[in-house]
Amino acid sequence: MIVYINGQKRTLDGDVTLLELLEKLGLNPDRVAVELNHQVVLKENFSGHRLQDEDRLEIVRFVGGG
Amino acid sequence: MNCSSYRSLLAKKSVGIAGLGGLGSSVAVSLARSGIGRLVLADFDVVELSNLYRQHYFEEQVGQLKVKATEQNLRRISSNISVCSHPVRLDQSNIPGIFADTDVIIEALDDPEEKAKFVTCCLASFPETPIIAASGIAGLDSGDKITIKRVGDRIYLVGDDVTAQDSHNLLWPARVGIAANHQAHIAVRILLGLES
Repeated sequence: MIVYINGQKRTLDGDVTLLELLEKLGLNPDRVAVELNHQVVLKENFSGHRLQDEDRLEIVRFVGGG
Repeated sequence: MNCSSYRSLLAKKSVGIAGLGGLGSSVAVSLARSGIGRLVLADFDVVELSNLYRQHYFEEQVGQLKVKATEQNLRRISSNISVCSHPVRLDQSNIPGIFADTDVIIEALDDPEEKAKFVTCCLASFPETPIIAASGIAGLDSGDKITIKRVGDRIYLVGDDVTAQDSHNLLWPARVGIAANHQAHIAVRILLGLES
């Protein structure tokens, strides 16, 4: 399966949920904002959302300080 | 366009700022100086002495609500600026109301989980509004590493992406100021139609 993450093409093996992808990428699901195909995905939906071929993800990861 | 036409345009615009710490207090000043007509400010906190190391407040303002101190400072720059102040902790129940009718939203919070929740809530509540967020502004690494990333159609992320505030990486006023002015400048560019 091919997905695009912040404009970069990535190949994923098998059936992956958004939560699993975040874990694979080493990202804390409490510290990201995610859009999938131009729609925001709420945190509570990360584990239920299975990715599909050609999905386009925008992921913003936050570190502290302001 | 000349300066006065730019300023007339900006005078009709409204910018929301979530958080009035090192980033937000400085973004507010730059936007006020640029001639933005209306600022919506949200921060529950009060000014403390240590805030003066990097936040745009003054000694006599210690103890005041940051929204009030910021409004005071902005009125010294532009006496007829419109300021809506919300001395509250932001959450899903109040974000949609507070930031409604803003043309651009600036995320200037400090906690990474609050940043994520805020940006997610804005993306959900305001499908057309650009959001200018920040991540990674602490420490003494080069200011050149504070970059601007465009994420998707309407998220801008300012920062070096990695340097979190902690006991080793403090917030230094100039580095934070670089990030704050990147945020303010992007806002001005968006409002003047210079960002595609």
